[in-house]
Amino acid sequence: MGADLQLLLDAVVSGVMVGGFYAAAAVGITIAFGLLDIVNIAHPGFIVAGAFIAYWLNVTFGLDPLLSAAIAAPLSFFVGRLLYRNYYLAFEKHGEESLQGLAFFFGILFIVEVALLLVFGVDYRFVEAPYIGPTVSLGSVTVATRLLVPLLVGLSVVAAIQVYLKYTFVGRTILAVSQDPGALRLVGGDPVWTKEIAFGLSIATAVIAGCLLIIIQAVEPSIGREYIGRVFAICVLGGMMSLTGTVVASMILGIAESITTIYFGPSWAPAVSFGFLLIALTVRPSGIFSR
Amino acid sequence: MTAPLPRNVLQAAEAIPAGSRAARLAGIILAGLVLVGLTVGLLDWTGTDYAYLAAYTVLQFVVLATAWNILGGYAGYVNFGTAAFFAIGCYTTVVIYKTIQLPLLLAIPIGGLMAGIVGFGTGYLTLRLRGVFFSIATLALAVLLQTLVVNWTFVGGARGVYVLRPEALSIFGSYTRFLFIVMLALAIGSVLIARMVANSWLGRGLAAIRDDETAAECCGVPGLRLKLIATTLSGALMGMAGAPFPYFITYVDPGTAFSLSVAVNSIAMPLIGGTGHWIGPVLGALLLGSVQQVITVTVSSALNLMIVGILLVVFVAVAPNGIVGAWKRLSERGSWIHRLLRRRA
Amino acid sequence: MDTPIVAATGITKRFGGFTALNEVDLSLQPRERLALIGPNGSGKSTFVNCLSGVLACDAGSTLFEGRDISRMAPWQRARLGMARSFQIPRPFRGMTIRENIEVPLMFALHHTDRARVRSLAEAALAQVGLLERSNSSPRGLSQVELRKLELARALVTKPKVLIADESMAGLSEPEVDEILEVLFRLNEGGISIILIEHIMRAVMRFAERVVVLVSGAKIADGAPGEVMSHPEVVKAYLGE
Repeated sequence: MGADLQLLLDAVVSGVMVGGFYAAAAVGITIAFGLLDIVNIAHPGFIVAGAFIAYWLNVTFGLDPLLSAAIAAPLSFFVGRLLYRNYYLAFEKHGEESLQGLAFFFGILFIVEVALLLVFGVDYRFVEAPYIGPTVSLGSVTVATRLLVPLLVGLSVVAAIQVYLKYTFVGRTILAVSQDPGALRLVGGDPVWTKEIAFGLSIATAVIAGCLLIIIQAVEPSIGREYIGRVFAICVLGGMMSLTGTVVASMILGIAESITTIYFGPSWAPAVSFGFLLIALTVRPSGIFSR
Repeated sequence: MTAPLPRNVLQAAEAIPAGSRAARLAGIILAGLVLVGLTVGLLDWTGTDYAYLAAYTVLQFVVLATAWNILGGYAGYVNFGTAAFFAIGCYTTVVIYKTIQLPLLLAIPIGGLMAGIVGFGTGYLTLRLRGVFFSIATLALAVLLQTLVVNWTFVGGARGVYVLRPEALSIFGSYTRFLFIVMLALAIGSVLIARMVANSWLGRGLAAIRDDETAAECCGVPGLRLKLIATTLSGALMGMAGAPFPYFITYVDPGTAFSLSVAVNSIAMPLIGGTGHWIGPVLGALLLGSVQQVITVTVSSALNLMIVGILLVVFVAVAPNGIVGAWKRLSERGSWIHRLLRRRA
Repeated sequence: MDTPIVAATGITKRFGGFTALNEVDLSLQPRERLALIGPNGSGKSTFVNCLSGVLACDAGSTLFEGRDISRMAPWQRARLGMARSFQIPRPFRGMTIRENIEVPLMFALHHTDRARVRSLAEAALAQVGLLERSNSSPRGLSQVELRKLELARALVTKPKVLIADESMAGLSEPEVDEILEVLFRLNEGGISIILIEHIMRAVMRFAERVVVLVSGAKIADGAPGEVMSHPEVVKAYLGE
């Protein structure tokens, strides 16, 4: 196989891998924003927080990041529930969502980033784990296991969420709320509690994604900013409410960024997600017109 | 029979009859000059350059908060990318400095124009959609522009660039004092513009859009057009606030230009001061800005930002209409302060 | 027969897989009083949203005074002389009641004289009995008063066409008659009116012609008496 084609193939493969991780990062937005219309722009902050939790547990107790994810996820679920409850009481209840709600989440995002800065400083941090470093051969392509693991775990997380939403009672209630909160009330459901659970899930997935992130690359506190454009672009391009769409859009974004990195250099990668966002907003899949 | 006492200070300020508009304008200009003279005198008295630098920063926030509020408070569209527009102003000045060397007073409107164009473009792409997409786009815009600047070696890329201050004209004394007066003029100008917008048909249209965009459109309000005007104006003012910054700070790199402080303060200050009235951002900027100038001396700048972030979240949850809103609520309920004031008169 | 002032042809609107409006034709003659009725969920409000430009139709065209307005934004239609009220009142909560009424005066009619705008607004408020509350916020209004505000805001510009979307829901009998009187007077003054209503008494009294929508399709269009005895209409309202 020619060298150029090999390069392209490598780019595509690593793009798919990163795409799997992006899917895990964005699924929480699909739940919170796509399904439930909560504009949680603090989501990337929780991804970075998750990464630093994995770092700290790794450095202090030698814990594997995947184990950290398993530990941190239930805790972040409760943090997410608490956060939503505050958001609801302060804003949604009074119908004041737009301006103040957005500012609220922006404040949270900001606080998380600055808190991480204060505690960990500006340096890049990374973790040690047995699967970071080695590579695996898939045909002519050499794949780093540090990309393969997040792909597998990331896709599993999204699949698990999909199963949960479709086949469990609570999951189906969440889908019901996304379509018609009023109807839910009529059959005795509590939309607020349901949204709380969903939001908790959303934050939990963010933290898990963070633990995956630090496997892929080193992190520093301001890295969350790059992800705002990415996760919302993925959610919108994926059709807002569809988890399959989220996965597909994540893969496309991953591949696009990977190709850009290989041919133009890594410092241009953040521009790709912005371009994606623009395309998403111009193509305008359903659900994003003024209500 | 005397007119009833205005129910609050704000109404008093607005209650001057239209017939004496010329006299009122003359009064404002006179008051402005007196204010400038007093402030300069006060700062000179402190004997240090530092006072001017601190005052410059606070006034810069007055411009940024006021500019943000034109779109955020009046129309209800949240711009998270103030740092991007500020940086456009900065880097326009840098480019001018490195090429045609125009004086600052010309660089400012050019920076404003550049930022206004970007504001218009962002708005054109996103303002037809729900407000949240505009907000997300402004966040992404900041990242995009920072990426572009980091890759642009002409303006120094990630390493930054040094900017030398020219000689100041003799009437200004030092260049620092000159920068201060420039920023003071920008602050006064932007507040006047904001006030004019608020009291005009544009302000009324934006208020209708903020309250219920669909109903506003059905009443004949051209939603997209008014939002574009507000976005362009807001962006332009932010760019103008950023234009003198390279001369102020003398070393510009992407981290400083796309500053976290600008990003959070331009939202926190109007929200804490109160978004419903043009005086809210001014109050927020003066209060919060001065407090931060004091804190930064004693505490790290990161902790300072943390405090601002916490204040933002707390205020937004507890007092969504800011200080001005709380004041209005108190005066409507006839608080003891107002009963006291009324009895005095 | 004059050219209709409003001619909507083949209006179709889909939301995902659900067809809310299916090739609906409706025309309104100048100075006519037309009622649009139908069971809940039949697509009446969707139709109004398409007519006023709030929703973009998937198919069909709308002509206003012979001019194609199908691509026009709501504010352009408002300026041409089409006014509407909302089924659930949507006042501007951050303004006073009078300022609410001033918005269409300033934007649909381009009045710039503040004093004139104010007096026109006050006249409209007087017409619906809200003048004493003109400096209060809409937040303190009852449902009935909100509907009156909604109507006042729509009629203050003396539009050519007024679309009144369920403006009488929740009103008492005398209040319904009050609103009907206002609408009759407006119609005498030259305004064509489309009334969307559930209150049959008002429909029978007011309408010269009745259009019936059921599940997004028009099933009847004619004089009130014959429409109401149309078997399809009876079936739709009373079931089989």
